[in-house]
Amino acid sequence: MTTAHDHGGDVRLTGISKTYGSFTAVHPLDLTVPQGSFFALLGASGCGKTTTLRMIAGLEEPSTGTVRLGEQDVTALPPYKRPVNTVFQSYALFPHLDIFENVAFGLRRRGIKSVKKQVGEMLDLVQLGEQARRKPHQLSGGQQQRVAVARALINHPKVLLLDEPLGALDLKLRRRMQLELKRIQTEVGITFVHVTHDQEEAMTMADTVAVMNGGRVEQQGTPADLYENPRTTFVANFLGTSNFIGAEVAEVSGDDVILKAGGGKLTLPRARCPAPVTTGGTVLAGVRPEKISLTHADDAGTIPSGRNRITGRITDSSFIGVSTQYVVDSPACEAFEVYAQNIERDSRLVPGADVVLHWNAAHTFGLDAEQSPFAGTTGPAGADKAEEDA
Amino acid sequence: MAARSPLSPFAAFFRLLRRNVVVLAGLGTLGYLLLPNVVVTVFSFNKPKGRFNYSWQEFSTDAWKDPCGVADMCGSLSLSLQIAFWATLGATVLGTMIAFALVRYRFRARGAVNSLIFLPMAMPEVVMAASLLTLFLNMGAQLGFWTVLIAHIMFCLSFVVTAVKARVMSMDPRLEQAAQDLYAGPAQTFLRVTLPIAAPGIAAGALLAFALSFDDFIITNFNAGSTVTFPMFVWGSAQRGTPVQINVIGTAMFLIAVLLVVTGMLVGKRRARKSR
Repeated sequence: MTTAHDHGGDVRLTGISKTYGSFTAVHPLDLTVPQGSFFALLGASGCGKTTTLRMIAGLEEPSTGTVRLGEQDVTALPPYKRPVNTVFQSYALFPHLDIFENVAFGLRRRGIKSVKKQVGEMLDLVQLGEQARRKPHQLSGGQQQRVAVARALINHPKVLLLDEPLGALDLKLRRRMQLELKRIQTEVGITFVHVTHDQEEAMTMADTVAVMNGGRVEQQGTPADLYENPRTTFVANFLGTSNFIGAEVAEVSGDDVILKAGGGKLTLPRARCPAPVTTGGTVLAGVRPEKISLTHADDAGTIPSGRNRITGRITDSSFIGVSTQYVVDSPACEAFEVYAQNIERDSRLVPGADVVLHWNAAHTFGLDAEQSPFAGTTGPAGADKAEEDA
Repeated sequence: MAARSPLSPFAAFFRLLRRNVVVLAGLGTLGYLLLPNVVVTVFSFNKPKGRFNYSWQEFSTDAWKDPCGVADMCGSLSLSLQIAFWATLGATVLGTMIAFALVRYRFRARGAVNSLIFLPMAMPEVVMAASLLTLFLNMGAQLGFWTVLIAHIMFCLSFVVTAVKARVMSMDPRLEQAAQDLYAGPAQTFLRVTLPIAAPGIAAGALLAFALSFDDFIITNFNAGSTVTFPMFVWGSAQRGTPVQINVIGTAMFLIAVLLVVTGMLVGKRRARKSR
């Protein structure tokens, strides 16, 4: 149906924005979703991700900019003339029609008479062949979700838009549906644009993730790239957890930046700091909790040289099976989070113990110190920030 | 040891009463509601001695065999049915449109319109009747079928708007967006999604309008001129003597209504079973 040189399913947003009166939901943004990819728009509620999706669907008229599907400019087209279908949040199945008619709806509106075979095949694809004559309210949440996907997919849209389609499902079912959706996407090869606030969902399903915040795209890239090389504290905190150390630049030597923090020295690879670096200036040095090793202060001598190290005291530890999560207070940063795999547990690592935190210097990333290290977190400071953005 | 002392009949009765108090209260209320209908039905089989059908004499099916045996009664009945039909149609179409406008659109004076719609429901009927008559007379309108119809559409409107509005308000706007997303243009969306989902509200409004129009007396009496509707006929004959046929018509109306409700319930049940 689609071939490699077919760009009919590319979505190209150019300078697209949406304002409601004085409120700007989406600041002018450019976005290209290549044909056949699984693209996720990730962000907290109110960040403009759903509005962006609805502008692609045609359900929202952009204040500025254009929407292109392949070569076609669809900005002025009403939703019923766009080769795009949507899986709505809470599914929006027609309550007065049975499952068969719900799925057949799009075909019938396009004047296709014999729909029986197609609908049957589509219901089999989502494993709902038995339920064809039931009404939506007689199905479980997971089944309704599959009907919503089938109802959209049967039209062979160029792009399938998914608006938090798994939000109403419980965790276990959500995991299963994530895999299911990914399988369907690979099978049909249609471009998927998926809106979600669940970072794990975005990372497991999407090829490319765009993180949105306050109506802007903060960063776009593959899940691994976003996780390892966040360019803002919002991205660093929204995808997983990060520790930040406010540090002064002592010197720049070769490919490394030497930082002074909490009485010690830290090394930051120059290449991993997108912010401008000047001697005497400040940067935020970040490191992920799982990259850090924890050694009791008595054994500090066994730590290989060349690693970044910080001293501190454990204030809290929680055992969660595969790993233990420690909170460590240190002069460089209070409430440092460390995740240690439970391979060989050191029984001395309990709250109150003095420890040395150390990690491979290459795992340090640097960010502009002008921003709040709490952006994108769910803590009190982060919540304030989220409210401002909303 | 001593066996449990048997309850006195008095205590046993009270225990029974206490356990079934809800059922008894329900049955009592139902009886209170239906007793008038029972009386009407029973007396439709009466054979009164004089002109008034107020005391039971003997069983007879004469009136049922000749329901139109009373001069002018069936004519007035047919007129009432016609007025009720057209009033229902007019009020339902207009009321549905008003309800959609009030729920879906933001326009100036929307709040005011919202409250004004309810005014006819709250106003004493006799006041409305008198003012309508004044209006018609001043306009030089010929009192009769048309003035009655206009009046009926007017007072039925509020009820239709209320019934439909409740339904439209509970409708998820995303359903219509989903229809548009699935290639349904505005007209198709309205016919295939909006209207079917709003239908129960519209049907409820229409039934209400029909019942209100059919048995309205006060407003009709003021504005009918020399036209005589069924309620006016009953009123008029009650002063000279009540023919048993009035009870026959009353009973028949009641039975038809019950039949419609039961059929509706059965159809709904069967549909639900089929889709299970």
